[in-house]
Amino acid sequence: MKVLYSFITVIVLIIVASIGASIANLHYVFGIIIPYLAFIMFVGGFIYRVVKWGRSPVPFRIPTTIGQQKSLPWIKQNKIENPSSAFGVIVRMAMEVFLFRSLFRNTKTELREGKNGPELSYGSAKWLWLGSLFFHWSFLIIIVRHLRFFLEPVPFLVQAFENVDGMLQIGLPAIYLTDVFILIAVTFLFFRRLVVPQVRYISLPADFFPLFMIMSIAGTGILMRYFFKVDLVAVKELAIGLATFQPVLPTDIGPMFFIHIFLVSILFAYFPMSKLMHMGGIFMSPTRNMMNNSRMVRHINPWNYDVEVHTYEHYEDEFRDKMKKAGLPVEKE
Amino acid sequence: MAPKVKLPKPGELSQIDFKTPATDWMDTPVEFKPGTYCWGAKEKDLLTLGLPNPRQWSPADEDWKIPEGWESTILDGIAERLSKYRSFKIFMDICVRCGACADKCHFYIATGDPKNMPVLRAELLRSVYKKYFTKSGKFLGRLAGARELNMDVLKEWWSYFFQCTECRRCSVFCPYGIDQAEVTIIGRELLNLVGLNIDWIAGPAAACYMKGNHLGLEPHAITGNIESMVDDIEDITGIRVNPTFNRKGAEIMFVTPSGDLLGEPGVYTCMGYLMLFHELGLDYTWSTYASEGGNFGFFTSNETAKRLNYKIYAEAKRLGVKYIIGGECGHMWRVLNQYMDTWHGPADFLEVPVSPITGTVFENAKSTKMIHISEFTADLIKHKKLNLDPTRNDHLKVTFHDSCNPSRGMGMLEEPREIIKAVCNNFYEMPENTIREKTFCCGSGSGLNASENMEQRMRGGFPRANAVKYVKEKHGVNMLANVCAVDRAALPALMDYWNPGVGVTGVTELVANALVMKGEKERTTNLRFEDLPGKGGNE
Repeated sequence: MKVLYSFITVIVLIIVASIGASIANLHYVFGIIIPYLAFIMFVGGFIYRVVKWGRSPVPFRIPTTIGQQKSLPWIKQNKIENPSSAFGVIVRMAMEVFLFRSLFRNTKTELREGKNGPELSYGSAKWLWLGSLFFHWSFLIIIVRHLRFFLEPVPFLVQAFENVDGMLQIGLPAIYLTDVFILIAVTFLFFRRLVVPQVRYISLPADFFPLFMIMSIAGTGILMRYFFKVDLVAVKELAIGLATFQPVLPTDIGPMFFIHIFLVSILFAYFPMSKLMHMGGIFMSPTRNMMNNSRMVRHINPWNYDVEVHTYEHYEDEFRDKMKKAGLPVEKE
Repeated sequence: MAPKVKLPKPGELSQIDFKTPATDWMDTPVEFKPGTYCWGAKEKDLLTLGLPNPRQWSPADEDWKIPEGWESTILDGIAERLSKYRSFKIFMDICVRCGACADKCHFYIATGDPKNMPVLRAELLRSVYKKYFTKSGKFLGRLAGARELNMDVLKEWWSYFFQCTECRRCSVFCPYGIDQAEVTIIGRELLNLVGLNIDWIAGPAAACYMKGNHLGLEPHAITGNIESMVDDIEDITGIRVNPTFNRKGAEIMFVTPSGDLLGEPGVYTCMGYLMLFHELGLDYTWSTYASEGGNFGFFTSNETAKRLNYKIYAEAKRLGVKYIIGGECGHMWRVLNQYMDTWHGPADFLEVPVSPITGTVFENAKSTKMIHISEFTADLIKHKKLNLDPTRNDHLKVTFHDSCNPSRGMGMLEEPREIIKAVCNNFYEMPENTIREKTFCCGSGSGLNASENMEQRMRGGFPRANAVKYVKEKHGVNMLANVCAVDRAALPALMDYWNPGVGVTGVTELVANALVMKGEKERTTNLRFEDLPGKGGNE
């Protein structure tokens, strides 16, 4: 059911987009107004969420330490996974953001009956890491590649990405590796959610929806590049118009383009109100972005308030006789 | 109170059903099965601590006696904590439910109950957060994973936030570092707003508040217990150690969990401290007022934790010591490392710790001025300041259990290992995925080491016990060393249940057994009055 809801939603969105694409009068709405709205919702929403997070303080220094602390000089500290310097934190975060370090640790727990009773084992499990890495990197490179539509002349770096991405030179136009990777990866992530019973059990419609959206976006992108070709010159005209805030609407771009850009718009608009915000959140996660130096430097809690305590005086008042009998020194006789 | 329930046999408990229920988790009601949950907090303890809604109640009853309007108390509590803790906000917002944490939790591994997956445990609270604090949850409701707060949800929270030991293992594997311990800590704070704590936490916390320690030992009981340890030490070594209490002007104040003052095997670790400090001629004092290193307030609320922790710095200041050494304890060290200085610092009345024996300056504690006994001892050993005879531990084949908090909330991994390797000839590590930062909880941490939930404790400790079993079978390991008082209280039962024949010891007990003290008589027994290898008739 959860899968179905998300699936139907995406189908409805595609139908809406197709209607928009087939009625020329609506092209202005689908090609210009909706993308602008989506962009505003994305940027505004993203900033809103990050500012909202930032407004709450980090009262305690709570890094998850995943290696040896800095203590005695001859004990080798794990300066990255248990950082006590800003540099260590930067490296730790970079490994987390670019390489998915923590996901790389993943193991699979198995329980089996050994000859002397039950045995638990923790095997390596790198598929989720690999699938996620391919998915996210492909996504990023695809976005960078798309900059060629918005920029004239096309910057060297964007061109370089594109050349490398198409280096296999299979077919015409050349097949992009990232197109293949993202489809495989997103399909893997989808089937993993569907097939692994535990993951299926925890999944919400909100987990399937982005997967279907990304599948559809990649799918329409590939369709219009190889099968239902659109007028690229017109697309670029539209994109540059959007980017320079002088929107123009070229005629005859081709319907597939409108479906594609509509789905992209919806995904971007949806982004800030969804779990996709993990993109921003990872940078602010206190268990990863803090130094473990709370015994070296006092961490300040802005809302630290005085609490009711049981003082030594209270304690001695209650136990003075017993303390004296036990030979303990007291403040008041 | 429910009648005492029989503990199932290990063969039954290890039959774990990982099949997911037929119903969605939101439609699967929580079950209170005797043996798996703790008693409710007592009225008198909540009164002592001044916590809300003190009353007698039982989780087994239908009516938990929650005051009218509790929903808004909880929702206001969530709003307040969202504004106070960035961690809470972010952890509520960014989980993608990838499931990497699922089989990392000892309670999930050992129960197969999906609500024990860290992701779903967080979702129990996240679903309510979504309903009342996000637009998508308000409009889309269940489609967005949101649900209404009601009594069933509250009971479910109570059940599952007291089935989490705040061990942080999930946080190691989460790609965003989402820490279920943080969610549980906040979940328990919310529950405490309407008087829902457990007896095993509220009792010790109240005792600690009034008497200075979780066990509720009054001053004369503390000195009495230590005196009897001193007698035993004299019987074993011929040396009479001379500890002092509440002594002003001492150089060092020593604080350890009160679990070390009563009951085996904790007292042997305590005897170890006494012998070590005596041998060094350390100018130190105990305190009967700050007689607790641990902090069951930490399992109740931030405020309660701060109120209990107050005594340590206050007493150090009153006595005029230079710095503090802390004993072997797990969550105590997370609190001391990550919270104490923020709550009650700056400790400008203390000095940066310097070992009077080696001259080592403990720069890593230059602000809190409190060091761990294992840091202190590892330094002594490195500088060869201790005369050690590790053959006295030759009858032991030792493995080391990293306690959750020193490993994942501090990173003290090598210090205890250096010590053990210096005082024992037979040391074997458990499998890589079960030690150091990936260590498994004893199953009884964060205040869950009661007796009425023994079945759940034996489950929760199963992954730990299973790793011990591995080295027991492979290397003949017969002793499980640790630096945690809860471990010393909880692991003996766990070992008896899963791995009979494996003992439990604090690291300092091993040190004291190997320590050749100046002027000691020839020892024939260890601190447990068991014959030393080669010295007795039972070899």
